[in-house]
Amino acid sequence: MSTLTKVVGWVDDRFPLTSTWKAHISEYYAPKNFNFWYYFGSLAMLVLVLQLVTGIFLTMNYKPDARFAFASVEYIMRDVNFGWLIRYMHSTGASMFFVVVYLHMCRGLMYGSYRKPRELVWIVGMAIYLCLMGEAFMGYLLPWGQMSYWGAQVIISLFDAISPPLALWIRGDYVVSDATLNRFFAFHVIALPLVLVGLVLVHIIALHEVGSNNPDGIDIKKNKDSKTGIPLDGIPFHPYYTVKDLVGVSVFLAIFSAVVFFAPEMGGYFLEANNFIPADPMKTPPHIAPVWYFTPFYAILRAIPQKQMGVVAMGAAVAIFLALPWLDRGIVRSIRYRGGLYKTFFGIFIVSFLILGYMGTQDPNLWYVNPVSRVCAFLYFMFFLAMPIYTKLDKTRQVPDRVTA
Amino acid sequence: MSFRTSLLIARGLAALALVSGLLAAPAFANEGGAVDHAPINMGDKASLQRGARTFANYCQNCHSAQYLRYSKLTEIGLSEDEIKSNLMFASEKIGDTMTVALDKAEAKQWFGVVPPDLSVEARVRGADWLYTYLRTFYKDPSRPTGWNNLAYPNVGMPHVLYELQGVQKLEEVKPAAEAGEGKGEGEKKEAGTEHHKKLVLAVPGKMTALEYDQFTADLVNYLVWMAEPARATRVQIGVLVIFFLTLTFFLMLALKKEFWKDIH
Repeated sequence: MSTLTKVVGWVDDRFPLTSTWKAHISEYYAPKNFNFWYYFGSLAMLVLVLQLVTGIFLTMNYKPDARFAFASVEYIMRDVNFGWLIRYMHSTGASMFFVVVYLHMCRGLMYGSYRKPRELVWIVGMAIYLCLMGEAFMGYLLPWGQMSYWGAQVIISLFDAISPPLALWIRGDYVVSDATLNRFFAFHVIALPLVLVGLVLVHIIALHEVGSNNPDGIDIKKNKDSKTGIPLDGIPFHPYYTVKDLVGVSVFLAIFSAVVFFAPEMGGYFLEANNFIPADPMKTPPHIAPVWYFTPFYAILRAIPQKQMGVVAMGAAVAIFLALPWLDRGIVRSIRYRGGLYKTFFGIFIVSFLILGYMGTQDPNLWYVNPVSRVCAFLYFMFFLAMPIYTKLDKTRQVPDRVTA
Repeated sequence: MSFRTSLLIARGLAALALVSGLLAAPAFANEGGAVDHAPINMGDKASLQRGARTFANYCQNCHSAQYLRYSKLTEIGLSEDEIKSNLMFASEKIGDTMTVALDKAEAKQWFGVVPPDLSVEARVRGADWLYTYLRTFYKDPSRPTGWNNLAYPNVGMPHVLYELQGVQKLEEVKPAAEAGEGKGEGEKKEAGTEHHKKLVLAVPGKMTALEYDQFTADLVNYLVWMAEPARATRVQIGVLVIFFLTLTFFLMLALKKEFWKDIH
């Protein structure tokens, strides 16, 4: 017996090391027909790690104080060795996190990954998404630029529409101030990352309990090898999907690096020009827009003329995803075997979401912004509200017994 | 993954590098109309040095660059001695940042506004706007300072560089006459003409229009460098990183194919 085997054996007698490795990695059987859309789960984990690590290094030089915050970011950009790289990785990482998560969610929608028995996987995933939104929102205040400041001012004032004491409690002051900056720093750096990491673990454990879905939406556990009990269409996650994901990781990192090194502002979408002006509570910028990943929901908020209803609609637009497992009455999971009715609704939903995202970046005084946002918000909600009807009426195709290539 | 898909991805990466290059010019939120393209070159160290001198001589009386250390100027090819004797008038240490002695309350009284710090101004406004702004000051008796600007209407700053550029006036032009004109020295067709008005040189300065354009381009070049001194390094490293990641991609692809040989 080699020394390594002995050490592992010693640990195994005290901690489920080998069995955990097997259950979640080397003997976790995933369907063999994963396609392009299945890269984004592992990529989201990669970005999470990048954000955690770059965040730790930023914290070493960042000062959560209204007097010094803006200057400390510029200090990182200029005087800290490779500080600019760490900062750009973190700012690009924030946006790329949402790119990856939106694609990951889109995959879930397309292949019905939210359907029974994966309802909890989906709900925990939505909790991760909510947590991520909070994390991004609070992190965006920290550079203490004009957009940081006024973006936070606008979003927190939404709570004013519901309950003024609540908004006061969140800010810790009557306006966004040093107190707000300090508490947002605490949440951004400690509270939410802890929750985020915990939820990701729960997401994965829940997934591994029920097994991964696939582009055909077939339950691979129905066809097992009679002797071994291994799904016939399943392959061990390691080494097959670990090596496959490495291909995805190299493509992703190339895209990520192209942004970090050649276009860190990404045309003003990842880093806004106005955020290079230090926060000034006495001077409101003419046009305040949140960062692109919030704009679809921001457009829904603005589309409703009455502020309280707007806030409710915006909240509902996010929360309604939670009901998805119970709204869908279709027989099949995957869009591959759904009929034209579902495909039409789904297509309209995706297009509305993208248009809403664009409208959210535009000046609301432009004549087309509110009418278009209203139509798209309606279509957005129809995807969910009409789902029990159209998924039931939809003419689905016969799902094959085994996965297709 | 088929070979065709991988080729597609490789091509996609090349296209991406191109697109991100295009996106490198960000959108800026500015008042005012069209701007002229700033002919700047970050690789031109002589131009950056000329810009640094202009900044120290003309801008830094009122505008600080409090996030930039004098010692950083060694990166544009100046020695510490050169920086100390030519650019540091307040005899600070080389590691000091570029602050100003201007009293904020007094400045507010004089100009109606405290002159902003210019460390990252180029990232707020963009090079083209700055280049246009510095060239479109004109005499306007209705303003407290006597000066106005096309890119920044009712600006608080007087035209500090008027001795060099000369004094411009905004004159009404008949549309017909305007259409027939070419682009000659001393008139700025693109940004200078707004509606039916255009800038004309009433009193010539020490420089010709061409010299003044070059002079402001150097200054803008320096302002852009100052806003992000790491920029050149960033692009240099980026090329290596993308090259390395492209190699990694093909290596990982080969690895994946080897492992997946027996999966059908």
